[in-house]
Amino acid sequence: MTPVQAVIAKELRGYFVSPIVYVVGAVFLLIFGLLSYLYVGFAGAQAIQLMQMQGGMAQINLNDLVFRNLFASIRIVLVIILPILTMRLFAEERKLRTFEFLMTSPIRVTDIVIGKFVSVFVIYLGLVAGTVLVPTVLMLFSDFDWNPIWTGYLGMALLGALFLSVGVFASALTENQIVAAFISFGMLLTLWLIAGLGGLFGDTTAGRVISYISYMEHYDRLVRGLIDTSDLVYFASGLALMLFLTHRVVESTRWK
Amino acid sequence: MIDVHNITKRYGHHTAIDQVTFSVAKGEVLAFLGPNGAGKTTTMRILTCFMPATEGSARVAGFDCTEQPLDVKRQIGYLPETPPVYQEFTVTEYLTFVGRLRGITGPKLSSALDHSIGRLELGSVRHRLIGNLSRGYRQRVGLAQALLHDPPVLILDEPTVGLDPKQIIEIRELIKSLAGSHSVILSTHILPEATAVCQRVVIIDKGRIVAEDTPEQLSARLRQSEKISITLKTCPADCEAKLRAIAGVLNVLPGQAGGSFLIECELGRDLRDEIARVAVLNQWGLLELRTLSMTLEDVFLQLTRHEDHLAEPVEASVGTATAERQADGRVGSV
Repeated sequence: MTPVQAVIAKELRGYFVSPIVYVVGAVFLLIFGLLSYLYVGFAGAQAIQLMQMQGGMAQINLNDLVFRNLFASIRIVLVIILPILTMRLFAEERKLRTFEFLMTSPIRVTDIVIGKFVSVFVIYLGLVAGTVLVPTVLMLFSDFDWNPIWTGYLGMALLGALFLSVGVFASALTENQIVAAFISFGMLLTLWLIAGLGGLFGDTTAGRVISYISYMEHYDRLVRGLIDTSDLVYFASGLALMLFLTHRVVESTRWK
Repeated sequence: MIDVHNITKRYGHHTAIDQVTFSVAKGEVLAFLGPNGAGKTTTMRILTCFMPATEGSARVAGFDCTEQPLDVKRQIGYLPETPPVYQEFTVTEYLTFVGRLRGITGPKLSSALDHSIGRLELGSVRHRLIGNLSRGYRQRVGLAQALLHDPPVLILDEPTVGLDPKQIIEIRELIKSLAGSHSVILSTHILPEATAVCQRVVIIDKGRIVAEDTPEQLSARLRQSEKISITLKTCPADCEAKLRAIAGVLNVLPGQAGGSFLIECELGRDLRDEIARVAVLNQWGLLELRTLSMTLEDVFLQLTRHEDHLAEPVEASVGTATAERQADGRVGSV
């Protein structure tokens, strides 16, 4: 087992012995389930309306009516709950004075940062995997295209990775977990609202640049079923940037 | 094994350590003594590559602490001030994690684990959560962590804090047994501990090294005269004058209790038999006769308090000041 794997195993264990994963997981799946139920309900109501107007069986598009809405709504849930998952990663080490131990162990800072990120990402993927139950059940009763659902899941994975990297960064900034959660919550919300700011500038260079910085349009395209290389580049570079900044912050504690 | 050359560490305008130079040979145990904020922990943190020095160089086992931190960290076992333990882990799980972090795997890891657990007598708690252990056990788990990979260099920041007297003796024995094969730096506030365990003592005050030597040499160096304390049953008026008349006696001071005196003699002369002879000849009734030596506590206080009247043990101070110093034996933490 390499030192990075040791860090991943240690963090995973840390998550599962604390109630945090169970609580966050339960809330996340509950909300996902409720949202699914609501959108399926709306779709049903629309189908009944269409039947009354057209007569006979109505053709409704579940991809548009249920899944696109579902993936779009889940963003705000992720903005709120992912900072809770990441807040402990570095802040707790500092609080419990184990940070000094990690930093004086023969392991590179890069390995520590990657180990911590990978562990929380694995937890997140586990939660996301739990939601596949919804389309699986719907498949039994209706017909829809799985491809945009898979791209939606790809979007959720990439968006989650970006959010988690922001959370890891925020956690490295402070020894207070609540403060860490609030910093990442604030950063994620700002990145969300920047999309609106870009919209105000319209189709100018500034507007396009500002909109590009926000994750909204990149995620939306994936949810619509479009895999655009520029979006993949956006998520990959955002993730790399946040992890790099985390590395710098952790490393900088040595120089303070 | 450890070479520290002119290291200085500044936090903004505050200089934590200033031009510190010392070295530790292979197999040597060195104690770091100093009052609060003297710079002991800072020095240890520089040696363990937790932070770099502002100026100067530190080398451990031939590797530079700034240029080759990973190589240095592999050579070191470090116990920080607070034992770095994860409360949600059992002792075995925690030590397994530490071993893996240091690249020990497979059968090597399990034998290192057993050895370390055995050495610190953690066998009875090895499957218990660290969060449920007492302070003393956590300290021992912290020590087990530092010793796990059998490093050539050990840096221990107050290793016996929180232990009961029996455990303190055991840990001291353990550290003594490490001498010879390991180089050890330990900081402590318990001065007798430094005398008991270490071959050499570095006294640091306000970021500067004020003394560095063996405990015996230190007290010898600071001593200006030999001191003998006597207690007499009867002491006629002329007894002080008669004591002064002995060749080699520099001064005679009356002690606290009636009939006791402190006699200062020339350095290097033992006048006990001569004093005894005079006392017996004059039939003063000699009740007590002993030499006073300077303890490490006296040395420490003289070097760090900057007060002249504490310079050497004086009979008048034996009663009150020593009690005060004993109570003050632990001077606080950095």
